[in-house]
Amino acid sequence: MIPGTEYVIEITYIVAAVLFILALKWLSSPVTARRGVWAGEVGMVLAIAGTLLYRGIVDYKWIAIALVLGAIIGVPLGNVGMTAVPQRTALSHAFGALCVTLVGTAEFYLRAPNVPPFLMSVLSLEVILGGLTVTGSLMAAGKLQEILPQRPITYKGQNFVNLAMLAIAVAIAVRLVLHPEAMVLYPFMVGIALVFGVMMIVPIGGADMPTVISLLNSYAGLSAAAMGFVLNSKLLIVAGALDGASGFILSVNMSKAMNRSFTNVLFGAFGQVQTSGAAAVEARPVHSATPEEAAAILSAANKVVIVPGYGMAVAQAQHKVRELYDLLTKKGVDVKFGIHPVAGRMPGHMNVLLAEADIPYDKLLDMEEVNGDFPQTDVALVIGANDVTNPAARSDAGSPIYGMPILDVDKARTVMVIKRSMNPGFAGIDNPLYYLDNTLMLFGDAKAFVGSIVRELSGGGGHG
Amino acid sequence: MVTADLFNSLYVFILAAFIGFEVIRRVSPLLHTPLMSLTNALDAIAVVGAIILAGEHKSTLATVLGTIAIVAATSNAVGGFIITDRMLKMFKSSRTQKP
Repeated sequence: MIPGTEYVIEITYIVAAVLFILALKWLSSPVTARRGVWAGEVGMVLAIAGTLLYRGIVDYKWIAIALVLGAIIGVPLGNVGMTAVPQRTALSHAFGALCVTLVGTAEFYLRAPNVPPFLMSVLSLEVILGGLTVTGSLMAAGKLQEILPQRPITYKGQNFVNLAMLAIAVAIAVRLVLHPEAMVLYPFMVGIALVFGVMMIVPIGGADMPTVISLLNSYAGLSAAAMGFVLNSKLLIVAGALDGASGFILSVNMSKAMNRSFTNVLFGAFGQVQTSGAAAVEARPVHSATPEEAAAILSAANKVVIVPGYGMAVAQAQHKVRELYDLLTKKGVDVKFGIHPVAGRMPGHMNVLLAEADIPYDKLLDMEEVNGDFPQTDVALVIGANDVTNPAARSDAGSPIYGMPILDVDKARTVMVIKRSMNPGFAGIDNPLYYLDNTLMLFGDAKAFVGSIVRELSGGGGHG
Repeated sequence: MVTADLFNSLYVFILAAFIGFEVIRRVSPLLHTPLMSLTNALDAIAVVGAIILAGEHKSTLATVLGTIAIVAATSNAVGGFIITDRMLKMFKSSRTQKP
């Protein structure tokens, strides 16, 4: 081995750490974002190449096989459809955490029974966080892919059972820190973490997925950072801290957007079925309109804000929405999109779906940017969104979503809501928006209805 | 010795977390999905630990676990970078749109 190799390895790690930070910095704007991916890739390749020079490696056979196999699995995972990105992300949290948990386990058995107390503490943190992230993320992926029932499953004393499990895992960890020779306890600690991951996700419904995915992201990052402590790898600590910070920021964003305190989210009290008086709602009159009428109102408007929700993605209506956007823009109508932070199944998901449909990103406004525009807006067109437009969140202190920040579509001159029927959304909360005098209900499938409006608009142009 | 390593590591962790908060706070909500898939790909750097484990051959268990860990992390890195780039490619401004 050439002398000085260890310095070369360290330098590749330092360069990789710098590139990782730059990667995230360049991600701040869509203009430089792709450069960020490039920086990340170069950093990763450098670090792997540096590691392969490590003199302790005696056999490259398994490393080579595993790298190739990983790449073969990775390519299809990188090419899933954009609607499937949330479940892919959940799956990759599981893979990342699996790697961390396996490495931690191997390290434990290599070192036991002589594990210094500090090392044992971070190792326990690593495998407990890693373990619960593996199964928790697999559960989340299963729910998002709709392999598992999306309905939250709750039972009495759920929080108690979950906290007790976590407490037992921590107690075992403490015992191992004090007496690492009690190796027989180690599998129990990991096993409980794995079961806890499942139990943690069981009570969570589809609507809370953006928060949960962010939280699991944070856990995956923190477990990787803990692994960095165990292996004394600064690069891993940096990458884990960045991932943990990103997941944490996104979780806080998501819980704010749903008006839940962070502790409320942490303790899995979310996803509970709301048993408000939704059933007792009397049949109030609503105004409805046909595609022809909707098309006429839209073409007479100067300023239109489209508010998409997950319903739009489920109906696969984004390409029809793009046609509508094109036609209206051609007629000189100013069309923008107002996007709530929790629209979609993960943070930013709606933006990706609209970008895929070729809608320019400078027309995609987040809630704070767009809310001031509604009073000057002629038409707010709500497609497949419900609770995030519910004015009860502003005015009705008794409403379960009271205090949740919403898109103020009701302040627009005319509100049009495309909806299958008058059934309330997943939260089971009635939406007073639908009964307003300036609201028109457009009943039907989002894709079909937007398609009819598009036909009207283009047909009308042809005849006139 | 071990304690010195610990404190070094803690410094690195705290500083990296601060940088992470400052840098990621500036990422527009527009790009939060690519942000998550990119940090996920970067997290796959755990592969360096797995490579050493699988290559050192200190025990059969370590080699087996290390090998599986390499597969898991590599698939994350490859898949994560591919999908992040695919997503970012789609984001076009109305000024620069259409070649």
